[in-house]
Amino acid sequence: MIIIEDGARNLMVEDAVNTFPDECCGFMFGTEDEKENRVIRDILVVNNSKPGDKTRRFQISPLDYMKGEQYAIDNNLTLLGIYHSHPKHPAVPSETDRLSAQPFFSYLIISVFENREITLRSWRLNDSSQFDEEKITNYQFS
Amino acid sequence: MATVIIPTPLRKFTNNTARLEVKAGNIGDTIQQLTTNFPDLKKHLLDEKGQVRSFVNIFIGNDDIRNLQQEKTAVKEDTVISIIPAIAGGVK
Repeated sequence: MIIIEDGARNLMVEDAVNTFPDECCGFMFGTEDEKENRVIRDILVVNNSKPGDKTRRFQISPLDYMKGEQYAIDNNLTLLGIYHSHPKHPAVPSETDRLSAQPFFSYLIISVFENREITLRSWRLNDSSQFDEEKITNYQFS
Repeated sequence: MATVIIPTPLRKFTNNTARLEVKAGNIGDTIQQLTTNFPDLKKHLLDEKGQVRSFVNIFIGNDDIRNLQQEKTAVKEDTVISIIPAIAGGVK
């Protein structure tokens, strides 16, 4: 399970809304207990470096990735995952998401539509390189 | 000894170690040592042909080895090597 603190969640949703209709992206930081329960306490907004059309793809540059790892060290947190938005699409990982996904990371997807209908869902790769949904315990979506 | 920085998602394959010391002449030797010492790392770094996966970036400082001499890029005692997973995705 994963808990997303209000401040972190608000920043990610704000990023998804402000970046619409392009995809936004960034890092999620927090803590994890021995049962792999996670708490997202902080985020870092990152520029979507995908060349060309950003409405259906995102990319984080290697230099930004290094900054993300350093941010975790500087703030004594663990880099727990990546968030990105799916403008006008459900918060379900695509095949592109799956093929690019790393083990260990939580992948939070923010579905955002023109009417600002927002849905958050989180996913993690299992040992068969398929996504399993990770329950967000403090979030209800309609 | 050169230093290799392991990214967070791959640390479970290096006994949760973030920084590893290697004695190697170039990047190819470095990867060889890493995958010998931590076999579970191999499939995440190398493809079926034994080449660095396209989803994996290897940097020396701020320079991508693809812009240097790739696997033949020299490694010195004070070289800091970062393994950086390519982070990407999207709706389609």
